Amino acid sequence: MIDVFDLYNNMEKNDILLSFKGAITSELLTSVLQIMEEKMEDLNEEPKTKKKVFNVLVECLQNLYHHIDDFEVKGTKEEISKKKSAIFMISRHAGYYNIITGNFIGNENIEKLRGRIDHINSLERDELKAYYKSTLNNGEMSSKGGGGLGFIDIAKKSGQKLTYDFIKIDEEYSFFTLIVKIVQK
Amino acid sequence: MDNLTIDGSAKTPTVEFEGVGKLLIKGRSIPENSIEFYKPVIDWIGAYGGAPKDITEVNVQLEYFNTSSSKCILDVFKKLETLSGTEVKVNWYYEEDDEDMLEAGEDYQAIIDLPFKMIEVEEL
Repeated sequence: MIDVFDLYNNMEKNDILLSFKGAITSELLTSVLQIMEEKMEDLNEEPKTKKKVFNVLVECLQNLYHHIDDFEVKGTKEEISKKKSAIFMISRHAGYYNIITGNFIGNENIEKLRGRIDHINSLERDELKAYYKSTLNNGEMSSKGGGGLGFIDIAKKSGQKLTYDFIKIDEEYSFFTLIVKIVQK
Repeated sequence: MDNLTIDGSAKTPTVEFEGVGKLLIKGRSIPENSIEFYKPVIDWIGAYGGAPKDITEVNVQLEYFNTSSSKCILDVFKKLETLSGTEVKVNWYYEEDDEDMLEAGEDYQAIIDLPFKMIEVEEL
């Protein structure tokens, strides 16, 4: 049987404010954003911190939403729903927040994603600002409007390097983890 | 020219575009798919361009917007840029200490050939 108390303690020990595993829907994101706003209100966070965390959270969760929407999985209905499931967590530590997301990804897309994040991580603040502006102005608009601005915006607004990892599951899929740190103001 | 009024929601802004040349976008713009939301907004500007008022005042009072909206907002400004026979003025509001929102306004100001005024307010 699942050890719920163990799971609870683990989350407590890791200062998790909120966590979710499953299918990512628009309605879910609306609720999560509302819950996080209320939590930060209760915690008397500075307006600057609330704004940063909210902004970055929107981008991280919508990145997840769009990835899963576009993610092509072959197999049975069960396999598809498993691979299209994701996890996210928001933790609050002394002086900073972490926003953590995890999702499956096709192995063929790893290098491209790694390249994009590494490039963003290599940029200084002013370069990141310029990259955002040029992508906004010249970048192609995807069918949903994003057009590759998400990670740039997350890095720009958080002011921190993006931490990520890929864990190989099998010949076809890996699990991608992203951790974004937001320092409290 | 009929007014365009869209009520705000948890993820979409209030839009009040008046035929008299006063255009307001206010609130939050964080929908997953923003193209759908902004289409009627951009179309209205196109129709307004047929017989615009001497002065068109655009007030943008956004608390939050996501990257999906940022391209659409750029398209709104690009559409406004094409209007002739009217003087378009943009007032970009931001809450005090919200450097990200000020910076976003400055990005649009740098890209778009319209006069922008950055207005700091205590609360939007």
